[in-house]
Amino acid sequence: MAGDIAGITLLSLLISGTSTLVATLIAVPLGTFLGLREIGSARLLRTILFTLYGLPPVLAGLLVYLLLSRPGPLGFLGLIYTPLGMVFAQTLVVTPIILGITTSVVASVERRVKETAFVLGADARQLQVTVIKEAAAGVLTAVMVGFGRAISEVGAVYIVGGAIPGKTQVLTTTIITDIQQAQNEHAVALGVILLVLGGLVYYLLYRLQEKTLP
Amino acid sequence: MTMSLEVGGLMKTFGGREVLRGIDVRLSPGEIFSIVGPSGAGKTTFLRCVGFLTTPDCGSVRYDGAAAPADPTALLNLRRRIGMVAQNPFLFRGTVAFNVSYGLCVRDVEGPALKEGTAKGLESVGLQGLAEAKASGVSAGEAQRVAFARAIVVRPDLLLLDEFTANLDPTNVNILEAAVREYNRQTGATIVLVTHNMFQAKRLAHRVALLLDGRIVEVGPVKEFFESPQDPRTLAFVRGEFAY
Repeated sequence: MAGDIAGITLLSLLISGTSTLVATLIAVPLGTFLGLREIGSARLLRTILFTLYGLPPVLAGLLVYLLLSRPGPLGFLGLIYTPLGMVFAQTLVVTPIILGITTSVVASVERRVKETAFVLGADARQLQVTVIKEAAAGVLTAVMVGFGRAISEVGAVYIVGGAIPGKTQVLTTTIITDIQQAQNEHAVALGVILLVLGGLVYYLLYRLQEKTLP
Repeated sequence: MTMSLEVGGLMKTFGGREVLRGIDVRLSPGEIFSIVGPSGAGKTTFLRCVGFLTTPDCGSVRYDGAAAPADPTALLNLRRRIGMVAQNPFLFRGTVAFNVSYGLCVRDVEGPALKEGTAKGLESVGLQGLAEAKASGVSAGEAQRVAFARAIVVRPDLLLLDEFTANLDPTNVNILEAAVREYNRQTGATIVLVTHNMFQAKRLAHRVALLLDGRIVEVGPVKEFFESPQDPRTLAFVRGEFAY
């Protein structure tokens, strides 16, 4: 029982952490690029990103399921019902969130910071570095929100992972299967772990964010 | 360490509103030139055009007799000879010392030269004791002093000051005005001081211009401008009777 819970918790952290990391690596550079640009195409992209904020995780899961299932275009990779497939699905859910917040944060600090750096003699590269440094606290917020979404997400990982005992069970999907099997005590225990885990990770990120605040 | 400035026919329109309607002015190297006028007269836009923050619709700005170069490296070098202090300065995250050293860092100044330059900048505005303080924690007056130190630490040949003591207490105003005089005396830098405070213009400037509705109404040496203005609008302005 305890080993079972530890394994589920570890897999939850691994999948959510990996998908947040991958999403961060994609979204932060791209969001900075978009946030620094005032051109029309960048604005259009920003609008699309904001609409993707609302991408229902179940829909993301369905999309990834269709891609990864055996007859799907990526079915040959054999990723369906695997932790890697779940990372794929969660990355799809989390990336627009981190991307959108990063873009907004960079765009909102950009003008005053850029003008100040400009009049102090910064060149184009130095301007960008300064803007990114100033936006650091906001970018960390984006990562925190992304991780929060990943760890609490259920629809996409359920569809793509299948909640297979000992293989693709994570905290959220196990709570659902526990309730379906009337194992309420087990579900409550996992719920508490989910709460503590989320709180702990948020606390650590918050402390990190505090260090970057002015 | 100084720069002449010639501005001819400078015009700028924002959303159909003519903010600058043909500014002609010539500044000699080393002079402190003040532009006074009510809010919305175009003073800040003028400074932004000179400081490359706003592109004018037409007209020319010549620095030491030459137009701004098209070559990015030459333009960067010219930009680095110009300093600017805004009415509400933005301080970067980090310490006061980091803010003051920013201009030196982007010019690749390192080691003892960086430390010495930063210390001198802080000293010029009496902020030695706040070097390691968080920039976000300083008062409005101290923030303005940090911004001024940050601008002069790189020894600009042309310094643009935009209402740089607006809303500050008399102590901070005195410190900053003394720092302006000292910087001008030490370096011979040309200084453009935009203000709606006539008393400040009187205290600091060699020459004064009145800007109204995007046009310069009158320019003259400080004594003549305030004691025997030629234009009735200047007379009304210096008497505090100007209605706008």
